[in-house]
Amino acid sequence: MLLRVEDLQVAFGATQVISGVDLAVAAGETLAIVGESGSGKSVTSLAVMGLLGAKGVRIAGRAEFDGQPLDLTRPGGTAKLRGDQIAMIFQEPMTSLNPAFRIGDQIAEAVLCHRSVSEVEAKGRALDIMRKVGISAPERRMRQYPHELSGGMRQRVMIAMALVNEPQLLIADEPTTALDVTIQAQILDLISRLQRDRGMAVVFITHDLGVVAQVAHRVAVMYAGRIAETGSVAQVFDDPQHPYTIGLLGSIPSLTGPRTRLTTVPGSVPSPAEMPQGCRFSTRCPFAQPKCAQQPLLREIAAGHRAACHFAPLELNFGAAA
Amino acid sequence: MLNLFLRRVLVAIPTILLISVFVFALQKLLPGDPVLAMAGEERDPVALAAIREQLGLNDPLPVQYFRWLAGALQGDLGTSLRTGQPVTQLIVQKLPVTLQLGVMALLIALVIGIPAGIISAVRKGTVTDYAANMVALSGMSIPNFWLGIMLIMLVSVRWQLLPASGYVPPTQDFVQSMRTMIMPAFVLGTGLAGALMRHTRSSMLGVLKQDYVRTARAKGVPERRVVLKHAFRNALTPIVTLTALLFGELIAGAVLTEQIFTIPGFGKLVVDAVFTRDYAVVQGVVMVTAVGFILMNLVADMLYILLNPRLRSA
Ligand SMILES: Nc1ncnc2c1ncn2[C@@H]1O[C@H](COP(=O)(O)OP(=O)(O)OP(=O)(O)O)[C@@H](O)[C@H]1O
Ligand SMILES: [Mg+2]
Repeated sequence: MLLRVEDLQVAFGATQVISGVDLAVAAGETLAIVGESGSGKSVTSLAVMGLLGAKGVRIAGRAEFDGQPLDLTRPGGTAKLRGDQIAMIFQEPMTSLNPAFRIGDQIAEAVLCHRSVSEVEAKGRALDIMRKVGISAPERRMRQYPHELSGGMRQRVMIAMALVNEPQLLIADEPTTALDVTIQAQILDLISRLQRDRGMAVVFITHDLGVVAQVAHRVAVMYAGRIAETGSVAQVFDDPQHPYTIGLLGSIPSLTGPRTRLTTVPGSVPSPAEMPQGCRFSTRCPFAQPKCAQQPLLREIAAGHRAACHFAPLELNFGAAA
Repeated sequence: MLNLFLRRVLVAIPTILLISVFVFALQKLLPGDPVLAMAGEERDPVALAAIREQLGLNDPLPVQYFRWLAGALQGDLGTSLRTGQPVTQLIVQKLPVTLQLGVMALLIALVIGIPAGIISAVRKGTVTDYAANMVALSGMSIPNFWLGIMLIMLVSVRWQLLPASGYVPPTQDFVQSMRTMIMPAFVLGTGLAGALMRHTRSSMLGVLKQDYVRTARAKGVPERRVVLKHAFRNALTPIVTLTALLFGELIAGAVLTEQIFTIPGFGKLVVDAVFTRDYAVVQGVVMVTAVGFILMNLVADMLYILLNPRLRSA
């Protein structure tokens, strides 16, 4: 495994936001993290990047990257890898570039921070990568400021910036949510292509199950700061074992059908104050039983397929109901 | 960009004219007869009338105003009623003194205020932050006259380290010039330093929350550089604008400080002129100050445009 995170815990002050999340990504693999808004997808990825620097944040857990232990508990722990071996692109391309500096300089800076090369060489690499991510007229764009670029173009610049040092792992946090549909498809294609060409691992965060089917090998479904279910895309989509996943999948008719937002699960995520003991989904679960007052473990159902439900596998326990 | 700037300059012209009318009118409305003040013991109505006639004070007000304005546009602000010296010459003599005081005060304020603001923003909510805020608030609320007098009593009278008053031009003796000016500049600069610190702090706090700061960190930019380059460069624009504006106020505030340290600058010129009803001088000084204010506003606008890539390319 390229990245392995075990028992990640994140709390902002007294509010526990991530409780015992495990993640593993192999080299060359795309792991999708899906879940409703507020389920902790961004916090998880920012914790892996060491970007949760704010005061009052407590992080615990073990992690390993490329065989080396990784200290996620302090901001400096990932400093060496950040922008070099692990890169990240964000949800908001409009605000993620610095308005005061030229595009070319911003990309070249990523090189200069990690490689001892001349400024000219760094600019050359910036130009190269801009071409590879499909930025037209890169020589001219290099000298432009972010406000002169469209949203899709800015996201390409972000991708170029993330990939310029050829990272082993790219974390993409909803990279297309803010973009037009046609641009979304282009950016998704770009990420998939770059991933294949470079054998890079990708953690792809999204709301959008259609996107998961399109780009990912494996998927982790998050609910209220925990992993509800994880497995290969085929396992999770064809044979979902957590009632929450089933609810989510209810929102897309088929793997190839039109994309829809995750809105069809009735009810909403409980606030941290009213988070139930035991299974966190029990307040919305059609199968909830007294037993659900105990925390279900993330159990293996098939090779590589795990679900955090007392009743998995659901076919055995509920027969026709599932 | 040039267009934008030209437009600002064009807007400034009517403003200056308006101020000149205002200054002229106010002067005429003020109680006290400058001719009487000027004539001293002379009470002979014939002699007084002669003076009046000679100064053109019997002409209708608009005529007087345009005569004054025409002169002012050619750099002739009239002659001092008291000393007979050209007002322009008086101003040219005194202005550098005050400018030196103002520039030194500004430098002190920048050197203290900006780093303190950055540090307290980065260490928000810590003891350092609270301490910096407290010092800044004291700097802004302690009256200059009190601070000035305390400094004179301690540094000059008790410890005899620095001169308490006077002025030496830097061209004559640079070191002595600095020695006489450092205390008044400090007194004048403290208030500004406090304001700058708090402004820098809030500007930095806003900028440090921005997504592009997170991007810089994600790229692996060292934290120091994230703060000083990525964040500060964006926080700078409002700070620079404010500084240019505050510099105008600083010069105005110099009047009091010059009185405390008996510095023969602009402030002393205007105070003396007001007390002796030397209204040609008052008018000239107020006019020059107002134009200076407007110039600083223009500088602020210009810097704002220059620092903003979005406007620069417009
Ligand atoms: N800086 C913070 N301080 C306090 N709480 C936070 C902070 N950042 C996130 N949270 C909380 O952590 C939880 C998870 O947030 P997160 O941003 O990870 O959700 P998400 O799954 O990425 O949602 P979305 O799909 O809307 O991006 C939310 O309840 C959020 O309110
Ligand atoms: Mg998010």
